[in-house]
Amino acid sequence: MYKEMVTARYYEERLQEEYLEGKQPAFDISAGPIPGELHLAAGHEASGAGVCAHLRDSDTVTAPHRPHHVAISKGVDLERMTAEIFGRETGLSKGKGGHMHLYDPEVNFACSGIIAQGCPPAVGAALTAKKRNTDDVAVAFLGEGAISQGAFLESLNLAAVQELPVVFVIEDNDWAISMPKERVTDVEDGSRRAWGFDMHGERVDADDAVTVYEAADDAIGRARDGNGPSVLEVQVHRRMGHFMGDPESYRPEADVERAQRRDCITRMETRLREHGFEESDLEGIREGAHERVDEAIEWAKDQPEPEPEATYEDVFTNSPDSWPDRPSREVTATDGGEE
Amino acid sequence: MAQAETPSASEIDRELTMSRAMVEAIAHEMREDEEVFVMGEDVADYGGIFDSTQGLLEEFGHDRIMDVPISETAFMGAGVGAAMQGMRPICELMFADFFGVCMDQLYNNMAKTTYMSGGSVSVPMTVMTAVGGTYNDAAQHSQTLYGTFAHLPGMKVVVPSTAYDAKGLMHTAIRDDDPVVYMFHKRLMGLAWMPAPEGPKTGVPEERYEIPFGEADVKREGEDATVVTLGLHVHRALEAAEGLATDGIDAEVIDLRTLVPLDTETVLESVRKTGRLVVVDEDYHSYGVSGELIARATEGALEDLEAVDRVTAPDTPIPYSRPLENEFQPNTDDIAAAVRSITQ
Repeated sequence: MYKEMVTARYYEERLQEEYLEGKQPAFDISAGPIPGELHLAAGHEASGAGVCAHLRDSDTVTAPHRPHHVAISKGVDLERMTAEIFGRETGLSKGKGGHMHLYDPEVNFACSGIIAQGCPPAVGAALTAKKRNTDDVAVAFLGEGAISQGAFLESLNLAAVQELPVVFVIEDNDWAISMPKERVTDVEDGSRRAWGFDMHGERVDADDAVTVYEAADDAIGRARDGNGPSVLEVQVHRRMGHFMGDPESYRPEADVERAQRRDCITRMETRLREHGFEESDLEGIREGAHERVDEAIEWAKDQPEPEPEATYEDVFTNSPDSWPDRPSREVTATDGGEE
Repeated sequence: MAQAETPSASEIDRELTMSRAMVEAIAHEMREDEEVFVMGEDVADYGGIFDSTQGLLEEFGHDRIMDVPISETAFMGAGVGAAMQGMRPICELMFADFFGVCMDQLYNNMAKTTYMSGGSVSVPMTVMTAVGGTYNDAAQHSQTLYGTFAHLPGMKVVVPSTAYDAKGLMHTAIRDDDPVVYMFHKRLMGLAWMPAPEGPKTGVPEERYEIPFGEADVKREGEDATVVTLGLHVHRALEAAEGLATDGIDAEVIDLRTLVPLDTETVLESVRKTGRLVVVDEDYHSYGVSGELIARATEGALEDLEAVDRVTAPDTPIPYSRPLENEFQPNTDDIAAAVRSITQ
């Protein structure tokens, strides 16, 4: 778990460096080697690592727009994920998805840019496991800002009535973009949403990977054993703005400091030291992680950008003969045909 | 051509209603492939509000004909998730009008996953949905919304007008590796409580056959004007054409059958022959199928075009009262009048 956590943290530190290149002094979101928005998950690592430690490749994970730590813990191909974030041809989605739309069918990972949107497909993956009579499970990650969404609540209900092997993991970082948690919900413990569906719900108050691991063991075990869905809420901390470039003018300085202080990685290191790990052991794990990340980023940056013509590909798996269905620019009034 | 060896509707004695033809195709595919299942509101014990799943429960049971809570976001999205795992769900959206309560799952997830994954994930899912008015159900239960679904990329859009087409297109839809929105007009289904016109009940072969997407059907050949339409209005256009024929106007009627992909070539060929085009659509006037067809005709056959008109629903919500809905609905006389106006 520690390895996944430091890999994710360093990965995002490196992404941040790459992202900011060319975007300063006046912030230009479309400039630099990584275009578009970038949502970093620094401070969330304990939940991704603690939950995904129980999962195998055939289990399904859906993640929200802040996906990197979950993807790394689920075993998503790091090189191709990085190439995707850089918009390269060899990326997971051939440069069509970007960092909010990462798909790795090898390990059954998907994420999406709209909050709570991954919940219904996770229910569908769990339904598939039930229909196919396997013991695979599905896990939907979402933020606490997403628990007011209909998609989440409808998914809880459908999963409950069908008794499906799915776990909803709420990462509570206290902020729904600029809205503090207390202004978006009167329920302090989001896992209590489960109770309204007669479903097991549990909250892990500290962003401690080992405690998350233990709670996830219960929830995933319950699903895998055919005992139905559950909700697990994990307190995490948002160490950065909602997106890169977010000035966070809405956020009290004390809250930022608290997030910096309560770092899940520091906590994990303390635990490991208590269990007899030497500093050199930790350093070794960190160095290995850094090397892997640096290699992935170097590889990704060397990859070619896609050809513009690829824009028209992959709309369908089974493309109609005439696809792409667009008027030919060469069309004249007399010949009129489509190529 | 899948149809080459299959007898056409007119060569078959056995006539089915459109709903029976659809159900026959679904049952056939479910027998062949265990991964095909149906999920929706009232699809099992009720048999589908519009008979679209009538009788399937008895053969396949509740595990494969699944009644679900009234929560379209959850079960449409679950369909997407199951399809991403390689299953072939058929999810029914009871009325197309209800798309608003699940559209995020349909157009952001179902329709875009293949593209956003660079083709590494496909979504072989069929969405069945009832469309259309003419029975005074007012603004929230009578829309066709063809243009809305066809406008958004990543889903194939099917609109059958006869039992023969309904069966062949359903087979193609379920076997297709992409999301297909299969929009059936309630007035064509052959429901006991909603009389259908004569046309949609046709001969239907017992064996399996596919109708390829993107092949419009010339339902009536003619020389003087091209009428392009779909769904219920195929039958109204045919009726109008029969009336026009007595006045010596020979109208060709093209049934688009699928909106995505769209068979532009068949339309252009006809327009090059007749020089005159009328597009008939039960959907709203603006920004829809009628505008799209006329744009394609002008892009592809401008020099052959002598006159163009369209007969559509107006840009108003659909009214309830009979005289109001009759005013709203494009009818046979409207179509005949439009053809007359551009041929004289």
